[in-house]
Amino acid sequence: MSLNLIVILLISPFVGFLINGLFGKWLKGNEKLSGWIGAIAVLISLVCSIMAFISVNNGNTLEGEAGVLYTWISGENFTFNIGFQVDALTTIMLLVITGVGFLIHVYSIGYMHGDEGYTRYFAYLNLFVFAMLILVLGNNYLLMFVGWEGVGLCSYLLIGFWYEKQSATDAGKKAFIVNRIGDFGFLLGMFTLFAAFGTLDFGSIFTEAEAGGYNPVFGDITLIVATLLLFVGAIGKSAQIPLYVWLPDAMEGPTPVSALIHAATMVTAGVYMIARSAILYNIAHTGWVVAWIGVLTAFFAATIALKQNDIKRILAYSTVSQLGYMFVGVGVGAYASGIFHLVTHAFFKGLMFLTAGSVMHAMSNELDIRKMGGLRSKLPITHATFLIGALAIAGFPFLSGFWSKDEILHSAWGSSPYIYIIGLITAFLTAFYMFRLIFVTFYGESRVDSETASHLHESPSVMWLPLVILAVPSALIGLLLGIGLHNSWLHKFTKDVFPTAHGEMAGNAYLFMAISTIVGLGGILFAWKRYKNRVPAEESTNSLEKLVENKYYIDELYNTFIVQPIKNGSHFLLWKLFDTGIIDGIVNSVAAVVRWFGGTLRRLQTGIVQAYIVSMVIGIVIFLAFYLFVVN
Amino acid sequence: MLLSLVIFLPLLGVIAIALLRGMGASTVKGIALIISLLTFLISIGLYYGFDADIEGFQTTDLLRQKLNWVTDLGISYHVGIDGISLWLILLTTFLTPICVIAAWNSIEKGLSGFMMSLLALETGMLGVFCSLDLFLFFVFWESMLIPMYFLIGIWGGERRIYATIKFVLYTMAGSALMLVGILALYFQNDNSFDFVALTQSGPFEHSHLLFLAFFIAFAIKVPLFPFHTWLPDAHVEAPTVGSVILAGVLLKMGTYGIVRFCLPLFPEAAANATSWIIPLAVIGIIYGALVAMVQPDLKKLVAYSSVSHLGFVVLGLFSQSHAGIQGSVLQMINHGLSTGALFLLVGMIYERRHSRMIVDFGGLAKRMPVFATFFLIVTLSSIGLPGLNGFVGEFMILLGSFVKGAFSKWYVVFATTGVILAAVYMLWMFQRVMFGKLDSTNESLRDLNPREIVLLLPILVLIVWIGVYPSSFLNPMKMSVNEVVRKVDTTQNTPAVGQLKFNENSIESGQIIESENIFMTNEEAQIK
Repeated sequence: MSLNLIVILLISPFVGFLINGLFGKWLKGNEKLSGWIGAIAVLISLVCSIMAFISVNNGNTLEGEAGVLYTWISGENFTFNIGFQVDALTTIMLLVITGVGFLIHVYSIGYMHGDEGYTRYFAYLNLFVFAMLILVLGNNYLLMFVGWEGVGLCSYLLIGFWYEKQSATDAGKKAFIVNRIGDFGFLLGMFTLFAAFGTLDFGSIFTEAEAGGYNPVFGDITLIVATLLLFVGAIGKSAQIPLYVWLPDAMEGPTPVSALIHAATMVTAGVYMIARSAILYNIAHTGWVVAWIGVLTAFFAATIALKQNDIKRILAYSTVSQLGYMFVGVGVGAYASGIFHLVTHAFFKGLMFLTAGSVMHAMSNELDIRKMGGLRSKLPITHATFLIGALAIAGFPFLSGFWSKDEILHSAWGSSPYIYIIGLITAFLTAFYMFRLIFVTFYGESRVDSETASHLHESPSVMWLPLVILAVPSALIGLLLGIGLHNSWLHKFTKDVFPTAHGEMAGNAYLFMAISTIVGLGGILFAWKRYKNRVPAEESTNSLEKLVENKYYIDELYNTFIVQPIKNGSHFLLWKLFDTGIIDGIVNSVAAVVRWFGGTLRRLQTGIVQAYIVSMVIGIVIFLAFYLFVVN
Repeated sequence: MLLSLVIFLPLLGVIAIALLRGMGASTVKGIALIISLLTFLISIGLYYGFDADIEGFQTTDLLRQKLNWVTDLGISYHVGIDGISLWLILLTTFLTPICVIAAWNSIEKGLSGFMMSLLALETGMLGVFCSLDLFLFFVFWESMLIPMYFLIGIWGGERRIYATIKFVLYTMAGSALMLVGILALYFQNDNSFDFVALTQSGPFEHSHLLFLAFFIAFAIKVPLFPFHTWLPDAHVEAPTVGSVILAGVLLKMGTYGIVRFCLPLFPEAAANATSWIIPLAVIGIIYGALVAMVQPDLKKLVAYSSVSHLGFVVLGLFSQSHAGIQGSVLQMINHGLSTGALFLLVGMIYERRHSRMIVDFGGLAKRMPVFATFFLIVTLSSIGLPGLNGFVGEFMILLGSFVKGAFSKWYVVFATTGVILAAVYMLWMFQRVMFGKLDSTNESLRDLNPREIVLLLPILVLIVWIGVYPSSFLNPMKMSVNEVVRKVDTTQNTPAVGQLKFNENSIESGQIIESENIFMTNEEAQIK
């Protein structure tokens, strides 16, 4: 594979960004052109990605010196390159990013129609794809970090896309800052790795780590420290406990953005990072931390999703929860299964967000599912595609989620039965909240107000076509990649990237499948019983329900115990009291003392010659006396 | 020759303006612009004449000049550059024409005086970066004060007198200490002020006190916490151009002084002082950021952010590592560009709205999209987003400090929180100024005009350039940084105990010692 292919793959969306960004003013009159420039830029990347995939499938990877474009930062005894690595893991990510990315660009052409910031939107979206490609293409942690921060920036810009809305810009800012907290860990992780290995290149680090030939800066726990710090970065980017709070708020952005960035690609970067560092996690044995954080997040977020009524927020908490599953996968050492779920999730969650967008489009941007109901007849395509996505996530037999989630749960059993059981309960909750959403939105009596009902319509083809296209892999990709379970195509394809899992899979695979299926169907059935003809209540009376409805008051806790104390402490203690009060007080009083001293001494300068002579004489007398009596 | 031309060309401009100021404002502006641009163009010649493979100061006649001045007192006019001063000189010559353009329409009274001060200041600043004679250095150092005094005192805001006096007195207090230090070195340097000779002698008697004298003078300029309170006042009262020069170049005098004098001349004292300087630097990073966060005044916010950013620079300088020191030098340039640009941008909305209060703004992105784009990029550069300049410097500083710093890694952990805090205060400010609903009083604000775009664009080009391809900047400074590291890296250069005593004896007997003997490593001493 030539480096040129990768450069074209990478540069194409950046060129799209430049065109829409710099010439947006002139493109404004021609919306369609602007949108298609953005979409085609990603299409070129998609074609290149397919070529790269074919190449890797034939055994031609791009690694080491061959992938180096130029030296970025260098000095005495350190060199960081702009260099790329393309192997099985990279190509899977490339296909997801450019494939789903392209469809979402096309969808956006219709969805963003008539928006004032149309060209700006496509510029940002192209820039995002560029940054995401850097993230997965980089052959070292530093370049991964460049992409990592880059996608964070685009996420910030796109969440706050409608910048006149306070809640949108608040959400954007929150996303960036919470991500920065994660990046803080990522940075320190890189410093530790560099101190230990003297490089940040994947290849050298992994080889040296396996050989044990590194400088143990923190003794035996060097790699433990490094992997856990990197995981802090993943927690931020992939919205896990305790840094998940930004993702639900991120739904303020346009819905296609939620689909692309906050479901299919960017938020999975943390999973990718751990899969990429698989060798380190295996040596350090820190995977259990990852798995536990993952499963707790999966459960926790799923419970919150039970009581939400905002269609996008339900999907957002669902994403947090599903990301938790992926972390369970990579945490228990089933890296290929974690990535497998990443791929299936990208399709079915991307699909569900886009269908949610289609619902909003029809409903004049209404988000509250209590104000919907019976939409099935008016929006048949939207309904059908959403149903496929929901069945996939619920683990309906033979659809995508069924395969990937089952692999993860099965692997988890071998690692810890507790993780498995919590994961299984979460699977039940997932099926339940998803079908609660479906029954309340698409079934039952219509609660749409007459004004909206009068122009309730199915979305234009540029929007529903991507839905239908996405529905196909959402349904089938699991079967394609996953059949054969732990001997599936995906496992074989990635076997060179991931260290082999330790030991045989415990238990009968079909038994696990059967249990998962029963649990999933049970959740759907339970939702049907509860919500087929019922609307969620306006107010919960039960205090536990209230707690869940208010998301356990986590945002309020953070605000009261972290945000406000820092703000007030900085304002009153640091600035007013310490800076202007104490430090400047000292400075000004020194000046005042000097002035007083000068003012006092000035009085000696009377201008009367006699006075001067008197003082001179007194001085001489003292001087003489000193010499005569003291010195002698 | 070339170097002296660069230093004194602006002074020629001062004379020209003095003679021709009767011919009207446009003549004055024209002269200032032409002279400052010419200085910049000629200074680029320094880059082309620069040999990156030389350790220490450049030796060609073009870049080095030594003339006798007061021979009896060992004073000479000796100027030269190395890979560190080269960039600060270019930064100065780059920012000055931008300042001239920025002041184009905003100075109503005493335009000729303003331009003369600006150009005189440029000569002073360039002189400081080029001097290889301590006496000459001190002359230039003090001469910067006068034009700066005028810039703030005459063209400043309401409390300008308070701010100027505070600024001048603070600096003078440091200068007085430094003067004592310079004289003490003079007597230990065979009665000569020559800096190159000085770098080859030493260690000096009372090196800890001397280090302190120099360090405090420079720490005030940086400004290092807790010597920083003059800075917010000076910035708030200074006119836009004054702030740009102050943040862009004058603060670098402090960090330049540290890397030029404190580290190589008193390596041992510097190593010992690390134990209290690093905590101050780290406190400065966090403290500056937290206080910046709650400022209601845009200029104060940027001023406190400088305290935070320069904390990083000091951290890197005392990390005793290549990456850290190189990152610090690069970060001096970065800060000059980003903060300079921030002050220009703040100045631009101040000219339109006559307010610097954050609450007076909001929703400007709608009315001023071009301005918003520039502001966003500069903000991101200041936050240290990878791909822009700030990241490269910060990353190198933190990496070097973490890996090689002779202090607890916890300091680096705390310093790294500065990365989070920078995002907090900058993005919060950006949100309140740029986003939200547009206030009716701001509806008539114009977007940037071509003049303003022209003066911001070059800075933006550099911001991206340094971010994407920093090698152009890092490579020329490499050898010079190596030299500093070689001197300060105490883990390699700790003089053996016996060796040190020998040196002290020979100083007493008035011998001049070769530097090789002093910096002999433990191992070498043992072998001997």
